[in-house]
Amino acid sequence: MNVTDLVEIIIAVALVIGALFTLVGSIGLLKLDTAMKRLHAPTKAATLGIGSLLVASMLHSFAFGSGSLKEILIMVFLFVTAPISANFIAKVAIHRGQDMPPPEPPKDQNWATLNPTDETVPGIEAPAKT
Amino acid sequence: MIAPDRLYDLALVFAFAALSLAQILAMIRLVIGPDVADRILALDTMVVDAIGLIVLLGIAQGTEIYFEAALIFAMLGFVSTVAYARFILRGDIIE
Amino acid sequence: MTKVKRSFLPHPFLTAILIVVWCLLSGGISLGTVVFGAILGILIPQATAAYWPDAPRAVGLFKVTVYVLIVVWDIIVANVVVAWVVLTKRNRDMKSVWVAIPLELRTPEAIAILAGTITLTPGTVTADMSDEGHCLLIHALDADSAEAVRDDIKNRYERRLKEIFE
Repeated sequence: MNVTDLVEIIIAVALVIGALFTLVGSIGLLKLDTAMKRLHAPTKAATLGIGSLLVASMLHSFAFGSGSLKEILIMVFLFVTAPISANFIAKVAIHRGQDMPPPEPPKDQNWATLNPTDETVPGIEAPAKT
Repeated sequence: MIAPDRLYDLALVFAFAALSLAQILAMIRLVIGPDVADRILALDTMVVDAIGLIVLLGIAQGTEIYFEAALIFAMLGFVSTVAYARFILRGDIIE
Repeated sequence: MTKVKRSFLPHPFLTAILIVVWCLLSGGISLGTVVFGAILGILIPQATAAYWPDAPRAVGLFKVTVYVLIVVWDIIVANVVVAWVVLTKRNRDMKSVWVAIPLELRTPEAIAILAGTITLTPGTVTADMSDEGHCLLIHALDADSAEAVRDDIKNRYERRLKEIFE
């Protein structure tokens, strides 16, 4: 039992965890029954699954190659964009009326996606300044 | 696949099989729909799984030349998901 | 002096991130990559300065680190929880609910970070925002009551973000 064996075990564990989570994401995509429920499985499980695979790749390149930190870029990119993609897909599901209708917002008139006069809304995440 | 000479080769084979199965499951959801939101989500999932497969290929061959391909896949996948969703929401992509 | 600094380096933090990203992309820290990264880091913020009119305010580094660590831990726990729910619960046993969260945060950056955090953590996805920006609409995969989810998010994330940004 030396250091190389330990690194190989860690790489193997990271690979198995990543593969399992990615698989669970796709199983959830197929199994769940409404559009909004289906959104949960791939956005979370797949993101952590790919993150785990990238950690394995990074460890592998440090243990058996020249070493690179490039995988961090992909990881950061995926973790920043996954919520944005999920938000857009949720808006599409609400817009197409695929799920039970959302409740009334407590303070404002309506939700941005359902607002009939949202031509004036400049961006998705930009709230009105008060 | 060659005979396992390293400890993680079995894990690598398992990961390839699991990600391929994940791709197939996402593809089934892409075909059966039932709505356009599910199809966008299935495409997004397939892009993420494809990035995983590219990373696994890089580990299996011990090279880093696939890194740029994975990064471009991630960027194009995000932009296409947003463009598709925006087209459904607004009927237009760049207003 | 500050005006000159403002027009030459509109976003110093963005410049630093661009240099680091360029060094990571070109695979190593050498004089060439740092210099070219610095050129890009000066030109890109100047070219895009029109889209970023406000300079972001300084935030406490310690509080940001604590928040990031909490969120990373929650992401790992959340993934195990969601995977377990997806694999073991039948569809009709899952009680998915809409949750409306009244916001106390006013800054767009803080609301965007809160929305991203909610999507990445246990069984919740940010679906929409109210038209005036006072409310977030959240879908929970499997929750006992909408009030519990709302209070959890308000206590765990929004309070900390309010301390960081406001």
